Amino acid sequence: MRYLTEFHDPQLAATLLDTIAATATRRWTLMEVCGGQTHGIIRNGLDQLLADQVEFIHGPGCPVCVTGLEMIDRALAIAARPEVVLCSFGDMLRVPGSTTDLFTVRAHGGDVRVVYSPLDAVRLAEAHPDRQVVFFAVGFETTAPAAAMAAVTARRRQLTNFTMLVSHVLVPPAMRAVLAAPDNRVEAFLAAGHVCTVMGTGQYEPIVAEQHLPIVVTGFEPLDLLDGVRQAIDLLEAGRTELVNAYPRAVRPEGNPSARRMLEEVFVVCDRSWRGIGMIPASGWRLAPAWADLDAELRFDVADLTVTESADCHSGEVLQGRIRPPECPSFGTTCTPRRPLGATMVSAEGACAAYFQYRRLAAVDGGGR
Amino acid sequence: MTDLASISSWTCPAPLREHARIVLGHGGGGVLSAELVEHLFLPAFTPPTTPTTPEAARPADPAALADAAVVEVAGARVAFTTDSYVVRPLFFPGGSIGELAVHGTVNDLACRGAMPLALSAGFILEEGLELDLLGRVAQAMGRAAAGVGVRLVTGDTKVVERGLADGLYVNTSGIGVVPAGIDIRPDRAAPGDRILLSGPIGEHGIAVLSVRENLEFGGDVRSDTAPLHELVAAMLAAGRTGIHTLRDPTRGGLATSLCEIAAAARVGVEFTESAIPVPPVVEAACSFLGLDPLHIANEGRLVAFVAESDADAVLAAMRAQPTGRDAVLIGTVTAEHPGVVVARTAFGGTRVVDRPLGEALPRIC
Repeated sequence: MRYLTEFHDPQLAATLLDTIAATATRRWTLMEVCGGQTHGIIRNGLDQLLADQVEFIHGPGCPVCVTGLEMIDRALAIAARPEVVLCSFGDMLRVPGSTTDLFTVRAHGGDVRVVYSPLDAVRLAEAHPDRQVVFFAVGFETTAPAAAMAAVTARRRQLTNFTMLVSHVLVPPAMRAVLAAPDNRVEAFLAAGHVCTVMGTGQYEPIVAEQHLPIVVTGFEPLDLLDGVRQAIDLLEAGRTELVNAYPRAVRPEGNPSARRMLEEVFVVCDRSWRGIGMIPASGWRLAPAWADLDAELRFDVADLTVTESADCHSGEVLQGRIRPPECPSFGTTCTPRRPLGATMVSAEGACAAYFQYRRLAAVDGGGR
Repeated sequence: MTDLASISSWTCPAPLREHARIVLGHGGGGVLSAELVEHLFLPAFTPPTTPTTPEAARPADPAALADAAVVEVAGARVAFTTDSYVVRPLFFPGGSIGELAVHGTVNDLACRGAMPLALSAGFILEEGLELDLLGRVAQAMGRAAAGVGVRLVTGDTKVVERGLADGLYVNTSGIGVVPAGIDIRPDRAAPGDRILLSGPIGEHGIAVLSVRENLEFGGDVRSDTAPLHELVAAMLAAGRTGIHTLRDPTRGGLATSLCEIAAAARVGVEFTESAIPVPPVVEAACSFLGLDPLHIANEGRLVAFVAESDADAVLAAMRAQPTGRDAVLIGTVTAEHPGVVVARTAFGGTRVVDRPLGEALPRIC
């Protein structure tokens, strides 16, 4: 229960803000990769307080936002089957597919349940041997170990009525995709701390070396974020391209070896279509061939998926950092959390939702501060 | 990266759509609930008006709807309210559906300044419900009513087939008399008013969540369920006409109450985030689940909008009561940004505070 208030200390924050202001000789462009960091920045007004030193470009690290539309439509189709109990994390239930969302499927009689852990879905399968329990496994490297654990547990308990619809995505290929964009302006990354808790920091060394930009592994509380910014600005001002771990209380260089072993056992890397962004090669995980009996895509033959996206939504550009949410013509008018055009307006980690929730006044007034 | 779609073709999601059916969020106390009242119930319940329709029979302004209605009965002003209780599980740390059913309705009356007189109790029971359990709920209601000094005077019982109700649901309605000269409603909040909060937030919602989902948050958390009529009586004695608005922030939490009042009174609300007492266990649970303490339900708290000149006296009176012991000043009402609630963050930034859309959902990582 400690580890919260300490990282909200206003006086320490003021000191860090002063240090950053004294160090920065110009305004630098940073991308925070994770949607949780985006919300931390906007909710606490850190972008306002750092307006002269930092332009934050919000990254693609909102797992719900980037889950492919085709995969969501597949989940919706599976959830509508009478024998199925579809389980997922709460955020996922409101994300619009081509024609509907999981909440609406539930209102029409589908058995859709929110779980807090994939293991809850395994327990559900055990308790209801007459039902087909499907866990919709979405998210980055952070959530994948729990999904892998669910697969291992289901097999150990010899459950024949548990499957997973796997749509995991990987952060480093997305960072490379951002950098490969012709109009990329990112000068340093604040890497997603909890992804590194699982995977370690080694994956970022090659990106630093090849792309010549600093990467600072950063946490999520206000002081974590400020310290990540401070270290990134230090490196940028000194002209140093290095990988720095500014979140050592949660991240070790090797990550979590047991989690990584389990991930390697259960999943294989695959190409993955990111919603709003497109196909990124080798950017996802799917179940390894040895786990095919747990693959919901194989167990439930879903044909005739017609996938259609809205033409008015610019969340692809938001996810890639090309525009800030208020710059989208639909922002706050035809697109609100009540009637989202895109997943970035839905999720607790979506950048559009962050601006709508916390900055509507500034957006309406046309001012930033 | 050769297969990466070119950025100009990066598009995004999803068509607009309305819910053609009730979703859980319609009962969450947030935006969807408000829309249901505004667009479905009010039009259906209000007779068509003509130019000669008297003011009293015209449709209510949906933004000005209060916790209880006040109707004139033979010269007396009677507050009247109803509420249904569907909490699961039926028993949780700090209370049960029985206490909630009494306290919730008493508090809705208290938030119009009314002293509770009598309650009704309607039960919808599921076939197969254990009598012992029903007995414990009834005992809890009786004890709670005795504690308040209000009588349960009429009731009803229905039984539905197994599977049609989640054990039991309770509805209570209540009446109370509003003392002369007291006029407390959401649209009376005025620029300059001080905003007082009676105690720490989030305990009821987190207590229920912890047992419902079998989560442990490294600390003991109990529902704050409590009757607030005595607190309100003490506040009225100290502040009288200076008390403009009272609200008990139940479903949708403190954020929803503040937003509703800002909308009803067409004023801006500003508060200091660090002034709001959030128990460490609530903070930890919310941080873990990605919930906002401002959106978590309370069952024994109220927020008061009080004229500046009376605020100190009212705050002192609150602190002299057990249910207001930890009362604090959290903010002020402004004429700027009408309808919008703004929080000042601990670091000097500001942010807009909104109601939750529907059900509060735990985030994914």
